Amino acid sequence: MADRHPEPDSPELRARWGQFDWTGDNAAKAKEIVARYPAGRQRSAVMPLLDLAQRQVGAEENTQGWLPIPVIEFVARYLDMPVIRVLEVATFYTMYNIAPIGRFHVQVCGTTPCMLRGSDDILAACKAKGLKKGHTTPDGLFSLTEVECMGNCASAPMVQINDDNYEDLTADSITHILDELAAGRQPKTGTQWPGRHTVEPVGAPTSLIAMVSENHDYRGEW
Amino acid sequence: MALLDRDRIFTNVYGYQPWNLPAAQARGDWDNTKALLERGRDAIIQEMKDSGLRGRGGAGFPTGMKWSFMPKESKDGRPSFLVINADESEPGSCKDREIIRHDPHKLIEGALVAGFAMGARAAYIYIRGEYIREAETLFAAVAEAYEAGLIGRNASGSGYDFDVFVHRGAGAYICGEETAMIESLEGKKGQPRLKPPFPAGAGLYGCPTTVNNVESIAVAPTILRRGATWFSSFGRDNNKGTKLFQISGHVERPCVVEEEMSIPFRELIERHCGGIRGGWDNLLAVIPGGSSVPLVPAADILDAPMDFDGLRAVGSGLGTAAVIVMDKSTDIVRAIARLSYFYKHESCGQCTPCREGTGWMWRVMERLRTGDAAVEEIDMLQQVTKQVEGHTICALGDAAAWPIQGLIKHFRPEIERRIHEKGALREAAE
Repeated sequence: MADRHPEPDSPELRARWGQFDWTGDNAAKAKEIVARYPAGRQRSAVMPLLDLAQRQVGAEENTQGWLPIPVIEFVARYLDMPVIRVLEVATFYTMYNIAPIGRFHVQVCGTTPCMLRGSDDILAACKAKGLKKGHTTPDGLFSLTEVECMGNCASAPMVQINDDNYEDLTADSITHILDELAAGRQPKTGTQWPGRHTVEPVGAPTSLIAMVSENHDYRGEW
Repeated sequence: MALLDRDRIFTNVYGYQPWNLPAAQARGDWDNTKALLERGRDAIIQEMKDSGLRGRGGAGFPTGMKWSFMPKESKDGRPSFLVINADESEPGSCKDREIIRHDPHKLIEGALVAGFAMGARAAYIYIRGEYIREAETLFAAVAEAYEAGLIGRNASGSGYDFDVFVHRGAGAYICGEETAMIESLEGKKGQPRLKPPFPAGAGLYGCPTTVNNVESIAVAPTILRRGATWFSSFGRDNNKGTKLFQISGHVERPCVVEEEMSIPFRELIERHCGGIRGGWDNLLAVIPGGSSVPLVPAADILDAPMDFDGLRAVGSGLGTAAVIVMDKSTDIVRAIARLSYFYKHESCGQCTPCREGTGWMWRVMERLRTGDAAVEEIDMLQQVTKQVEGHTICALGDAAAWPIQGLIKHFRPEIERRIHEKGALREAAE
């Protein structure tokens, strides 16, 4: 199991987040989310609502967002669930940050397929930029986590930073990406391999060549 | 014979063209889906059975048969559900992602067809939380399909009402296990349930439920359009059809590619991946089906057919067809130890043999990696994997045990070499 511990409750945390409520937009979103599940099964919405709450916290403090205990209590009230049932969901799933986090959450995949393609170099490049696993840089800009397989194995090694993936990385390209983010610019997402589109074999596509230039309909050849 | 482009199901797998509805329709998706449904439930299920399609999520259970387990009609008023497993988290696997972000309408049309065939009221697509942009695409594609009347009330003009919902996970490998997925959909920790009752009897919200992999569902409309005979013309007996292979690791050009089942390993790599890095003599071992299956040494895999039976014959399995290739530069003990860490991290903590065993196995693997162990500990580790395997509610315990068993079976001399080397160093230091 992953070792995870929620940020302890404190008077300061209560003062800051005790009055948490949805923004107008998010209130409408929350309603729409609950409506996806059958009547009386609103508990099913706990995961998307925790995500929504985390994003709202992030928007308020300009970070990736996290879940202070008072916010978890708010979600529990909203769904009419015992707080512990919400807390155990928040601690079980690793995408919920249960402690404060930086502006950019740099999640380096270190599982075997990425490791074989050089994720050690990516972690070393992050370290050289002053990032440290499990910590946030003093300027609050970057938090570094080594994560388990992110499902980008054919374009490894990869890093997920907040909502975007950066694939086919080298030490140079991850350094460049971190520099761009620090400078407030949005680097190119997806594969960083020059000339590669997504997960086709680099250089010479070996199948579906007609699709490269036009939306080919193969039905005429059936 | 190579698979021809015209026989590929996922024609936009690389995303050169838009994923949206008009583009998907121009490629043949949603083409008179009403007529497919008019064939009737039994005919659809029979066609799927005849096609020989086996589940693409790893276990390889025949898809048509799975659908036929659902109740024909509800005797007690309970609705039925289809749950689509898009929680692709098996190290090495990256095919569902390409389907969802580049060909989502194949999946949504498949959901309608499959849901109709099993009499389901709605489909929930459970997509892994880390697929953030992919989920955005999927939400948008579902909205397009609703807008066009393809799903929802009177779906595709068939008179059948069918909803499709997307549910995002939040980073837990275990939710790929079908009952853990159902728990998670119900808003709980994703801890697997004891079976029986099986989901087809009591699954989501206690209602009859079928859980299918994304790829199994997404190929269904094409199979129905082109017929079971076409689909079963690929691959060997019992291993029919086409399959998305995902090749990662030490090949010249890693990629995801749709190929015929049973294609020999060497041909797959030569044709699509530009060979092994450093040439074929440099190949050390291959994990042919995602991290959960045992590795296969180079000599055994070269001519093995890439299918369920062919890989079982070399002591491994097809799994999700996630082919992890390792050349001779690989620290093989570390490669497997890293997988042990993965399983330790992802164990849900419900069953003791797995919760404690995965951590224990990882710690011993780390010592074997550095050689800080005694030779007898190799056997002890082997025994512990046997005590975990088969003694847990779900297969995560097995999945944690098999890679280690494969390593010990094929690379024991390498592990012993490290121990002896370290021992000699220590003696020299004394």
